[in-house]
Amino acid sequence: MSNSISSKKKIDSATIISAVIVACIYVAVFIAEQFIPATSMLFTVLKKGATYALVAVSMNLCNGFTGIFSLGQAGFMLIGAYVYGIFTIPQAARMDVYQYYNGGLVQFTLPWFIAMILGGLAAAFFAFLIGMPVLRLKSDYLAIATLGFAEIIRALFQWDKLGPVTNGSNMLRLFPAFNDFNIKGANGQVAVYLSTLVPLLIAGVCIGVIILLINSTFGRALKAIRDDEIAAEAMGIRLASHKRLAFCISSFFAGVGGAMLAMYQTTVQAKSFTTAMTYEILLIVVIGGIGSVTGSCISSFLFVAASEWWLRFLDQKQMIGNFEVPLLRNGFRLVVFSIIIMIVVLFFRQGIMGTKELPDLIRGWQRRGKGKEAQGK
Amino acid sequence: MWNTVFPYILSGISVGGQYALIAIGYTMVYGILRLINFAHGDVFMVAGIIMVYMAASGVPLWLCIPLVLVLTALIGFVIERVAYKPLRSAPRMSAMISAIGVSYTLQNLVLYITGGLNQIYPTIPWISDSVTIFGATTKRVTIVTPFLTILLVVALVLLINHTKIGMAMRAVSRDFETSQLMGIKINSVISMTFVIGTFLAGVASILYFTNYTTVIQTSGAMPGLKAFVAAVFGGIGSIPGAVVGAFIIGIAENIIKGLDIILFKAGIIPGPVGLATFSDAFTFALLIIILAVKPTGLFGEKITDKV
Repeated sequence: MSNSISSKKKIDSATIISAVIVACIYVAVFIAEQFIPATSMLFTVLKKGATYALVAVSMNLCNGFTGIFSLGQAGFMLIGAYVYGIFTIPQAARMDVYQYYNGGLVQFTLPWFIAMILGGLAAAFFAFLIGMPVLRLKSDYLAIATLGFAEIIRALFQWDKLGPVTNGSNMLRLFPAFNDFNIKGANGQVAVYLSTLVPLLIAGVCIGVIILLINSTFGRALKAIRDDEIAAEAMGIRLASHKRLAFCISSFFAGVGGAMLAMYQTTVQAKSFTTAMTYEILLIVVIGGIGSVTGSCISSFLFVAASEWWLRFLDQKQMIGNFEVPLLRNGFRLVVFSIIIMIVVLFFRQGIMGTKELPDLIRGWQRRGKGKEAQGK
Repeated sequence: MWNTVFPYILSGISVGGQYALIAIGYTMVYGILRLINFAHGDVFMVAGIIMVYMAASGVPLWLCIPLVLVLTALIGFVIERVAYKPLRSAPRMSAMISAIGVSYTLQNLVLYITGGLNQIYPTIPWISDSVTIFGATTKRVTIVTPFLTILLVVALVLLINHTKIGMAMRAVSRDFETSQLMGIKINSVISMTFVIGTFLAGVASILYFTNYTTVIQTSGAMPGLKAFVAAVFGGIGSIPGAVVGAFIIGIAENIIKGLDIILFKAGIIPGPVGLATFSDAFTFALLIIILAVKPTGLFGEKITDKV
């Protein structure tokens, strides 16, 4: 305990080592991107993993650090993705995309960065609106109300009358995607590959902001609310405003994550933002450990890698010599996956990291190292 | 006017009855364990899939129906033992996450077995026949559903109020620990609750899929959520509340489905405005409103939190 208090005052070596590790990962990704062919599954996993990591951390901020059990993540992602898509489709492509709505209503294009922030702000605004009635509710009622909210949003964005803005139930496409971050040389060939690094950087910056927030006075107030609402209120923490702000901030980053998902998928369609998506993200948070940012990040990449890459072989027929392995066919991957998740949920309730973060792990190693030295003497 | 509205009300009552049977499972489990059993809707879907496969493998239909009901109840029992019992002393959130995990597992399992294709539900004679009532043509199941629902609910209420196991259920839902001290075998009571709940979901699945004729791995999600909303609407933990809530939601949802046509024929709107898109969303809007205005629902008891 004394360790964690002293670490707040000055930056200790463990924090520096963690920062160096993260920086090394970024450098490694940059180098790998220049030399490994861009079609490699590695980059797909990194791009989607970065997106999911941001959304998972934003969900963790709500569910793990504040104790607001919200299941509206898919709805907020949808808002972010749509706002991003609507404002970034190039003028020339609008007639093509909004072919049933005469080119649509929005007739200007914003830079991707501004549109992404705007997506987050729109999500936060909706969170503010829905938060007014919903945040007064207790755990499971809140879960079901936010889940319902996501469904309402999904229906609203598919409504034909909003078609000139949202393109109804048709998909939005042709907006800038991750691949547009690559810098092209004069001859049209890609000179510097950045399509994986940039999403990782966006997610990294956002997660960094969330970490700073969690370690601030505000963040500690949130943890107090999570541990005991009544005690926290007695200590002078204003419950309603803290919860509302946490909910809005979490939704803001979910919205940014939604914009990133739009860039990853290159198309957006309201009907794909189902409750199943929220469940998936919740399961990522649980596997990583509720209340650990590091855990959410690691498990996002593991989850995406396992489902998109490593477990793919389970979906195809495999032959060992003349023996055909039974059970392997389309969909088996998901069954194996669900069973793994159930095992984690039932037997490893702490997840990968529990409530620990990367610096905590390093501190643990340092202490163990010192203990061995002392024994040696 | 009446001729336009009546078919929607009719199918609303029918769907409402089916929601009511699912909602009872939610409300009973919530009453006892304080757990939203997110997997309940998927059990309902699995019951449909079992029926499809059993009928396809040549088992006669009169045997299929009881077998499906028994198997569904068994699944409910197994799910409780495997996924919820180990978490009895864990925080409430863990059990809810486990329920979401079970839902995910069941959906993926069915996706694997069916290959993600729509399965045609077998036609059950007599209740699939077309009948005409007050000028509206519909399947007989539409008319059978509300009566069967009421019958089952009355039987259930009698069971809860006049038998020993019913008394045990009421005791457990009132106070978990004290009832344990009074010698009630909690585990068997909870199992019984799940068996009854999933049995009724099995009945609902037969009625529902006879009407909608296709089953896919996601077809349990929406009815499940709506039934849950119905349970909350009526006041969670209260069986009559769940039934009333389910009928209100079923009827409202179907009227919204036809609202474009109804308003058009009444001359209020000049052309279709696509309000049918909101038939699902309406249910959830209703949920948010009721939670904001009267969080305990129509018939729910007021609970105060102790420090």
